[in-house]
Amino acid sequence: MSVPKDYRYTETHEWAKFEEDHVVSVGLTEYAQDKLGDIVSVEFPRMGDEIEKGEPIGMVDSQKASSEMIAPVSGVVMEVNELLDDDPAVVNSDPYDEGWFIRIEIEEAEQMDELMTAEDYEEMLGQLDDEE
Amino acid sequence: MSAEGKAKQTALYQDHVQAGGRMVPFAGYKLPVQYEGIAAEHQRVRTAVGLFDVSHMGEVMFTGSGAQEAIQRLVTNDVARAAPGRAIYTPVCLSHGGIVDDMIVYKKSDTDFMICVNAANRHKDFQWFLDQAGDLCDISDQSNDYSQIAVQGPFAPTLLKRVFGVEAAAFKPFTFQSLDYRGSPVILAATGYTGERGGEVYIHNDAASDLWKDLMTQGADLGVGPIGLGARDTLRLEMKYCLYGNDIDEDTNPLEAGIGWTVKFDKGDFIGRDALVLQKEKGLSRRLVAIRVEGKGIPRHGYRLMVGDETVGRITSGTLSPSLKVPVGLGYVDVPHDATGTDIEIDLKGLRRVPARVVEAPLYRPEK
Repeated sequence: MSVPKDYRYTETHEWAKFEEDHVVSVGLTEYAQDKLGDIVSVEFPRMGDEIEKGEPIGMVDSQKASSEMIAPVSGVVMEVNELLDDDPAVVNSDPYDEGWFIRIEIEEAEQMDELMTAEDYEEMLGQLDDEE
Repeated sequence: MSAEGKAKQTALYQDHVQAGGRMVPFAGYKLPVQYEGIAAEHQRVRTAVGLFDVSHMGEVMFTGSGAQEAIQRLVTNDVARAAPGRAIYTPVCLSHGGIVDDMIVYKKSDTDFMICVNAANRHKDFQWFLDQAGDLCDISDQSNDYSQIAVQGPFAPTLLKRVFGVEAAAFKPFTFQSLDYRGSPVILAATGYTGERGGEVYIHNDAASDLWKDLMTQGADLGVGPIGLGARDTLRLEMKYCLYGNDIDEDTNPLEAGIGWTVKFDKGDFIGRDALVLQKEKGLSRRLVAIRVEGKGIPRHGYRLMVGDETVGRITSGTLSPSLKVPVGLGYVDVPHDATGTDIEIDLKGLRRVPARVVEAPLYRPEK
């Protein structure tokens, strides 16, 4: 299961990554898309929406389940990935790159330090697999 | 996960793994949730033929001179009126009318029956049968000895004819016959959970993998493929077939679940009869209906159904219909909002609301 090193992670399987100094992309991890299976639709906030860390900001629907997306950081939505409206399966095929959900402008860049590192997240996934 | 601890393998486990099945724990067994993908498997069953490993289902045998009386006491449907060779779908109710489980009764004779029960309810059902009717006949849980393969789809009869050498009459719905497959006794029943033609085959564990491979080989030119639990759920949902634990449970009764046709008040006494008679006289306060979403957003179990600011019901099952390509669901809706054509809204976990409509069941009608 791929967990890129330069990304940050949440316990609810979102990833966040700096695109520029105060701009962060957000998406769903490979582990999450794999558990959900074939993703059939995604829903996220609109451009300009203020979002708050820990709050639900959207929904990811697969054929078999629906999962809330939780904001990994607080900020303002700069951009949404319109590609996913037409082809949500991109989240399955390329979760860390083409399958990004939104880009958020964040005031306090330090928020990112509070998220899990790739090592932390991998360790958590290891424990989840043990429980199965 | 079941109380028995670690999930067991069915006799077909290796066949699933070799076919790329994604194995998940379900009702105490490791079963495939999907192979190539739920939507593709769904379409295979609607347009060709698919194989399902449903070996987790329970098989309970009722034998002896009191067998028919025992079953008549337990179930709401009338098995006395049915001829040998008939399969009867029926709920079993508590005295207050709530549903213990729904099941299929296979009548071999007045003194010999097999009942197929839901995997998750197997132990509860068996105990209930013993407590309520164990004085009348021998009741034996033989689930561990039997595998079950469902063969479903428009080409299923063709495939089953090839493998078992049976005639078209074998596919008259809700009939079954006892056959021999390479020296192993099998029951071939014209039953299923998809709305398509075909059947369900009960076979001893040691012959199950041979039969599975044979069905795959002989069905290759028909487009046969293995189908996981995911597509099993979307197929049954389009037909508005109830799933125990989602759409029906001990707090719902057969009349409000829309399976009132399985309650035969004129057959004599049975457990739950008084409560169901009362419910019928009083009229229903809610009804399980099919719902078609008129927008984006997939309904899921527990989502609230709204008319204005009033909560009028809850979703019990939902999915994106692979046949219709729109989100659909089942749910209990309070009278009078249960009427076909009623506009309602689904609360998507507080995120937003999506418009929907109560529609006629089934949501999808297979070509016959």
